[in-house]
Amino acid sequence: MRKVIAVLLLGIFGYYIFALFVNVPFGVRHDNVGQHYLEHSVQETGAVNIVTAIVVSHRGFDTLGEVTVLFLAATGLGAILYDKKGKKRRLQNASLIVKVASKLIYPLIILLGAYVFVHGHLTPGGGFQGGAIIATGVLLMFISYRRFETNHNALSWVESLAGMTFVTIGLAGLIWGTSFLQNILPLGTPNTLLSAGVIPLIYIAVGFKVGAELTALLDNMLKTIK
Amino acid sequence: MEWMTFLVIGLIILLIIAAVFAITQKDLILAVIGASAVSVVLSILFYILQAPDVALTEAAIGVALTTIIFVITIKKTKRYEE
Repeated sequence: MRKVIAVLLLGIFGYYIFALFVNVPFGVRHDNVGQHYLEHSVQETGAVNIVTAIVVSHRGFDTLGEVTVLFLAATGLGAILYDKKGKKRRLQNASLIVKVASKLIYPLIILLGAYVFVHGHLTPGGGFQGGAIIATGVLLMFISYRRFETNHNALSWVESLAGMTFVTIGLAGLIWGTSFLQNILPLGTPNTLLSAGVIPLIYIAVGFKVGAELTALLDNMLKTIK
Repeated sequence: MEWMTFLVIGLIILLIIAAVFAITQKDLILAVIGASAVSVVLSILFYILQAPDVALTEAAIGVALTTIIFVITIKKTKRYEE
């Protein structure tokens, strides 16, 4: 009996999904907003990388939401895995080859991550990608060296300050402009590092925030291994 | 552009092989390695399909961070699937 009801409900649900999408033409462009972004983004936002222009400028509020979701996930994990005694990682040291190689590669990975989020408005990538790359570099050091420690207080401070910077930039747009997250700084010449107004500032904040969050998350998880 | 098509087809076949390996494997560590191989191939495909920023995300998150989180979880639970 329950199976019949389940199939019936699924059928009704499927019918409505089908009815929603049956009239949407497949493979034909029927939106004007995408074309508008492609043609006018550079004049409107000053960012050469149109993906960044959409993510940070046109859809900046969504990005704030995503950053909040990541913050809540990292905080929740930290709350679950919290332990009063300052635990140490019980991993063994890696072999000599891995240790030497990771010591050489680690600063280069951090540099690449910083490059990706500082140049978010010029080259592919941005705050999330840069932060994830930085966390990968720290992870390499975590699994190679047993005694490599990060300062959790500093990470929390970086995370909070970066989040506050994002919201403050948004509020500044509300005060001196017309809407939340509006670009209030001069746009500058496209294709230069100091262009696109507040977009680089927001992406630098997001990069620091994501990097600090993911690093703290990995450290918390690695410390739970017995 | 002929060799590009062959390259893409070859990458997609690799992707499917890695995905099937990840699903059918009983040893969960090997399954996680299969899943991260899917991410490697997928990020190359994203780069070929002109989405370099998605490729960067896939490479950093899919290959490194997700894999290590799964490995930690497996180390804290059971390694073999029944």
